[in-house]
Amino acid sequence: MATTIDQVFVNLKLWAVGLFPAAWQPLVSALLSIIAIIGVFATLFAITTILERKGLGRIQNRYGPNRVGPCGILQPMADGIKAIIKEDVVPRSADKLVHFLAPVVLVAPVFLVYSVLPVGRNMTPLDLDAGVLFFFAIGATTELAVFMAGWASHNKYSLLGAMRAIAQMISYEVPLLLSTVPVIMAVGSLSTVRIVAAQTGYVGWLPRWFVFTPWGLAGFILFVIAATAESNRSPFDLPEGESEIIAGYFIEYSGFKFALFFLGEYLGLFAVSGLAITLFLGGWSAPLSFLTWIPSWVWFFAKLLAMIGAFIWVRGTVPRLRMDQLMNFAWKFMLPMALINILAVAVWRYLPAGFWRWPACAGVVWLPYLALGRGLAGSKRVTKRVYRYAA
Amino acid sequence: MQWAFNIVAVLTLLSAAAALSLRNLVHCALCLAGALGGLAVLFLQLNAQFVGLAQILVYVGAVAILVVFAILLTRGADFSKQPALSPSWVVGAGVAVLVLGSLVAAIRTMTATGVLPSAPPLVAVRDIGARLMAEYVLPLEVVGLLLTVALIGGVVIALQEKRR
Repeated sequence: MATTIDQVFVNLKLWAVGLFPAAWQPLVSALLSIIAIIGVFATLFAITTILERKGLGRIQNRYGPNRVGPCGILQPMADGIKAIIKEDVVPRSADKLVHFLAPVVLVAPVFLVYSVLPVGRNMTPLDLDAGVLFFFAIGATTELAVFMAGWASHNKYSLLGAMRAIAQMISYEVPLLLSTVPVIMAVGSLSTVRIVAAQTGYVGWLPRWFVFTPWGLAGFILFVIAATAESNRSPFDLPEGESEIIAGYFIEYSGFKFALFFLGEYLGLFAVSGLAITLFLGGWSAPLSFLTWIPSWVWFFAKLLAMIGAFIWVRGTVPRLRMDQLMNFAWKFMLPMALINILAVAVWRYLPAGFWRWPACAGVVWLPYLALGRGLAGSKRVTKRVYRYAA
Repeated sequence: MQWAFNIVAVLTLLSAAAALSLRNLVHCALCLAGALGGLAVLFLQLNAQFVGLAQILVYVGAVAILVVFAILLTRGADFSKQPALSPSWVVGAGVAVLVLGSLVAAIRTMTATGVLPSAPPLVAVRDIGARLMAEYVLPLEVVGLLLTVALIGGVVIALQEKRR
């Protein structure tokens, strides 16, 4: 029974593909995967917008949207209808063609990267040998779309926002890529399916996810920080800092094009969270050995929602960084730590399995972390903050 | 498959031509990125996954951005007042014809050594990785070291030293 539910979507797709003549089957199979990806993740986007607005509202001690439908849960529909019927304003001095193409070029690769994410057992639309490489290669093209949007709008704020966004994305792409290298070294494959397969199985009750190893924990933290910066989310939301440059590179977009940017941003976040789950949190595998009867895709989406919840929490609580802090953090802290983490996984790999490789590997990560942290703090002394209130 | 190739090839050639002939430098850069992406798709069609994906990652992801940044940071993107052809276009065309002629001559006089395999070998990314990690591990390490040194060097140059 458990297997049936686990594989229900796989079998459904096989059945649907079988209805067509053999020559059409590859095309139909691809189309079905595409429809599933667009449908599921666009719905998740709608759910996330309401969750985020509600969650931020709670954090900021207010209600959040509560007018449309019961408890405001129909708010995303209202937002969608509003976005579609709004007038599409294009600035007179804008570069019309590039201005039009930018949202398309942004959203298409974001949907494309989902094709290598294993969302369940046997549920990877495209099992490439170079899956992780595919993810990053396609993901890198969004930077060009950001530039196109910022430049074509002919607005100084949008150009500034695009410059900030690209500088940030390029800087954080280096630690993002380097923090995935330990996983690839440990598994010995770039295929997302094999990476998940390497993390299935249990030691007693406990899972063998990479996040529970010293290098995996460090890699996961580095990856999530870099992913937050890559998707331009708070506290790394300088490219669209409302108080500084209004809305950044999509200032001059209205109506559905604006909605596409919004969608692209959130889908990028889901995709990179999905990759974090695949690389470090065991993909679709259950967290405890006696929970394997719950279908694999439920676990993937549960983990995804948990990560989204964490991102909302961070957005509600951490203040925005300054540009120099952002760059210093990327190049002076994230980059060396990512390189040291690669060394740590080598230590892990070549020490014999047993108790001693845990402290050895943890030391390789922890001691440089301490040294780097102390070194970067320099002569600054962090003391307890003193609050003064007006009497 | 033939149709897919034709479409991609035409698009690649068109955007390459546009990159050479458009008046606005940023448009040229974007068309160049399009042409590089088209080349990547051609690699992917030939089942060269690694080369194709690396092409996208490096050229579309990084080099195109660098080109665009260089254009924006050095001079204005408005070149519409200048003539489309530079004054030295005759010399340029001459050099191009000379290069093409010497290449054609070299290929025509070349004698084929060995027989081409009838079917192209299917090289998976896994095989490339295995080769890089076993046979060619020393060159790979040297290149990696070089790139890391370049990276650290870049960081050091960008660091603002405090004057003593």
